[in-house]
Amino acid sequence: MSQLYVLRSEEIAARMMAGEMMIMSPRDSTLFSLNKVGTVIWNAADGQMPLDEIVQQKVCARFEIDLTEAFKDAESFVRELAEHGLLALSDQPIEAAQQSVQANAADEALR
Amino acid sequence: MKSGMLPVSVASELAIVIGGVRILVRTDSAELARLLAERYGSFATLTSHPEEKAARPGEWSAFELDIELTAPPARVDPDEGVRVNHKSGRWVMERGDFQAEWDPERRRGWVRQAANPYSLDTVLRIIHTLILAREGGFLVHAASAVRNGRAFLFAGVSGAGKTTISRLAPSGVLLLTDEISYVRRTATGYEAFGTPFAGELARVGENIRAPLSVLYLLTQGTPNRIEEVNEVDAARAVLESVLFFAQDAELVKRVFQSALDFVNTVPVKRFVFKADASAWEMVG
Repeated sequence: MSQLYVLRSEEIAARMMAGEMMIMSPRDSTLFSLNKVGTVIWNAADGQMPLDEIVQQKVCARFEIDLTEAFKDAESFVRELAEHGLLALSDQPIEAAQQSVQANAADEALR
Repeated sequence: MKSGMLPVSVASELAIVIGGVRILVRTDSAELARLLAERYGSFATLTSHPEEKAARPGEWSAFELDIELTAPPARVDPDEGVRVNHKSGRWVMERGDFQAEWDPERRRGWVRQAANPYSLDTVLRIIHTLILAREGGFLVHAASAVRNGRAFLFAGVSGAGKTTISRLAPSGVLLLTDEISYVRRTATGYEAFGTPFAGELARVGENIRAPLSVLYLLTQGTPNRIEEVNEVDAARAVLESVLFFAQDAELVKRVFQSALDFVNTVPVKRFVFKADASAWEMVG
């Protein structure tokens, strides 16, 4: 199985509010409020740590969640955010400067 | 031929001041100027003297808008949305009944439209949302009113009760609008301004301003009661109510930040109200 790297978009509006991360898509103005697990994944989405490590080290270490189930949910979660332009996805580590290129490539891959 | 006999096109100019923002609207049509003066009531002044063009203390310096009249469109789709795009520093706006451009840096723009007050009304709403977005304010789908020197907003989708709560306002309550509220950020909080943007009440608001006290999310029901709303739901509700025309990433970010700053500053509560005079006993 290839690795999945995730990187937060720098162009989007996001803010913590009452313990939840609120994010708005610049593409379609959809508003997301992430729960605690989603917020952990969001904060760890630096383009360098693969998603399975994020789930194992950041999510399962803090929440009592089955690893396989957590990874499945996390993958579905990041793909949804990527569809709204909030995250870039790649099978290679992503540098912040590459973000827009990768995001476009991810867009194409999602179509 | 004497020069005095030459046909002269006399431009009419109105200053339309909403939310302390003075927009000078010029047209060659005296008839349209009359229609606009009637439409905007106390918010509009025919600028026959140069001093009426200048911003007053507390206002921003004036913006200018030229109207070029065109023939009425053959067909207007009532459901057609307005398209707003940012191109080379200018905002380009269009709908079946008008085309317009707005250059915020040069503080001027133009509108091509037929001789009706409705097209300009849409353009003005868009321009005000763009101006407000720069300074943390917004236009919001909400009725608003001033009671005892404090402003209250009543937000809700169509049918939630904005016009109903406005109609029920007792004497002593000054109605700012029954449809589109104008919110500006100040050094210490937020102010609500009266607007000429009316809903079913078809009445321009009082041309006054007051510090904003509470934003109520309207729901009709019984008994009358005020319920707490958590910050996340409040932010979601405010964002859903803010007028938003352009899908521009920078603008989305600004409106998002403005709405969350607002929720951090102004109490947002749910107001369940019965559609009779008793509802206003809960306000204030």
